[in-house]
Amino acid sequence: MTFGQISAPVAAFVFVYVAAVVVLLIQGFWTTDSFTGKVVHTWNLDNYRAIADAPYPRIIFRTIGMAAAVTVTCMVLAFPYAYFMVRVAGPRLRVVLLVATVLPLWVSYLVRVYSWRLILNPDGALNWALNLVGLPDLNIAYTNWAMWIVFTYIWFPFMVLPVYAALERIPQSYLEASADLGGRGPTTLRRVILPLAVPGLAAGSIFTFSLTLGDYIAPSLVGGPGSSLIGTVVFENLGLANNAPFAAAFATVPLAIMAFYLLLMKRLGAFESL
Amino acid sequence: MKRIRFVHVALAAVVAALVVPAAGVSKGNAVPSSVGKGEGKLTMVVWEGYAEKQWVSPFEKATGCKVSAKYAGSSNDMFNLMTSGGGGQYDVVSASGDASLRLIYAGAVAEVNVKLIPAYKDFYKAFQSPPHNTVGGKHYGISIQFGPNVLMYNTKSFPKRPTSWNAIYSPANKGKITIPDNPIQIADAALYLSKSKPALGIKDPYELTKQQLDAVVALLKTQRPLIKKYWALASDQIDLFKNGGSTIGASWPYQVNTLADAKVPVAALIPKEGATGWADSYMVSSKAQHPNCAYQWMQYITQPKPQAQQAIYFGETPVNKKACKVMDTLSKGSCAKYSANKPETYYRSIKFWKTPVADCGNGQKNCMDLRAWTTAWTQVKG
Repeated sequence: MTFGQISAPVAAFVFVYVAAVVVLLIQGFWTTDSFTGKVVHTWNLDNYRAIADAPYPRIIFRTIGMAAAVTVTCMVLAFPYAYFMVRVAGPRLRVVLLVATVLPLWVSYLVRVYSWRLILNPDGALNWALNLVGLPDLNIAYTNWAMWIVFTYIWFPFMVLPVYAALERIPQSYLEASADLGGRGPTTLRRVILPLAVPGLAAGSIFTFSLTLGDYIAPSLVGGPGSSLIGTVVFENLGLANNAPFAAAFATVPLAIMAFYLLLMKRLGAFESL
Repeated sequence: MKRIRFVHVALAAVVAALVVPAAGVSKGNAVPSSVGKGEGKLTMVVWEGYAEKQWVSPFEKATGCKVSAKYAGSSNDMFNLMTSGGGGQYDVVSASGDASLRLIYAGAVAEVNVKLIPAYKDFYKAFQSPPHNTVGGKHYGISIQFGPNVLMYNTKSFPKRPTSWNAIYSPANKGKITIPDNPIQIADAALYLSKSKPALGIKDPYELTKQQLDAVVALLKTQRPLIKKYWALASDQIDLFKNGGSTIGASWPYQVNTLADAKVPVAALIPKEGATGWADSYMVSSKAQHPNCAYQWMQYITQPKPQAQQAIYFGETPVNKKACKVMDTLSKGSCAKYSANKPETYYRSIKFWKTPVADCGNGQKNCMDLRAWTTAWTQVKG
């Protein structure tokens, strides 16, 4: 394709997307008049400095921790699941499993979060099931544990699909070669399959990590006290305090984190598997 | 009163943030001395449930003003809708106390001539010139409806009726307390401290100095480990009282009535320290395109019948004394249920929401503003 053919979509992308981010960055240098709530266009660094004040660092680290925990959990769950789909399941079962994986995405995000509330409530399905097998109640509704479970559930498909794609690309002959050279199951897994699955895991982690980083609905619906994430802070400043400049400045934090993360993932070959 | 509707607010806020609210409001608007013929159209920004067919249709028929209403998701949303693009897109707004002062100071709303509103004289005194819509003796809005923020409790868990707000700060109720997730909630704690720690010198829970705000934040931080959940939507708290393990909390009459209808054993009261509350006012844009229809709407919506209809539909209290009788004819007992027949002192005991501003009238401009409140609230929640 020539430059002329693709210039229109590229221009649209630059205008709509990049321009919006630039406006965001610029707004962070402005401030609001506390009396009228209007944005005052005087340049200053106060908003960016305020990010270092309590409680924001704690909220940033909590968000990164949550995103990392969700990503690792999704990886641990998705790898065997995807491996089963690729190597063990027959063609028909594979289709069923793939549909089952993406099925939750057809349901509204809010509905899925609310259904988890019903499950985790003190007299919800979780405790009912625990009592059935003689275990005591588990009261994790409205805690960070609940948030971790809900995020893991919601972003799971975004991890499974790239890992599935990566595993499917491994030729059967590699595994046979490994076996011929005396590699048993665990050795083949560790030295052949896992290294070749890394780009898929890395690609999936970009989704799970960045989606957790920006979310503010799950913390407000299933989180408890002490569950504020970066998205919560941005929302509160934008939606309640009318302090768009600080919200803009704070929104650069996940941007910076993601830039760093993407660099890391690029080295792991994530972009070949997207 | 659903202050926060996440999805709507987020979208609107993003749009509003990009379209930087432009300044430029003419201050020299003359206050009208009479209401002329309607312009055939009226545009409003209102809370959902404030422009229902049952009372809008008769108005349209009588005046020929065709109403088009836009629902706002939050007070901030309302503020942005009324100021973005220089204002003038909407004629009237049903602003709550935490937005009305901001609208006045931003010059987005015009002075209102209350002499043109016949029902005004029938308002409870507390709502004729309340500080959230009247500044320096000038009226910038007409009160419509209000409601208190009450202490709700499960009558089975609390056989002895709690009488003080200290119930929601008491470690005895750890893990059972739910309070709204809103910076304005700081005022509730300030009101409690104004009575329990008079040494702090808090006179008005919305006018706090740095030192007073710090004391309130300290109290709220000790409350945090006791909290089951800071609720964002009224339905959240309803769920939590139904099957979420919460038995006491700060609430609105709407939740109390909904839970009572669902046979959950709850009761509510205004504790001895008093209570905060919300109060909504209709305000006219300083650039209204249809000012005559706007005045006709304010004349209409303050009359006893639409007042009663709206109060019952929404679950709030009308400001017109004469609405009580109509409420009981529409739905028996509803007047007492929504406290529309209390003595004047009851309405005076409620500290209605108003936007915290730096210039709080003590002459020193050293009060903490809404931005400081929001930061403090983020710190409280951690």
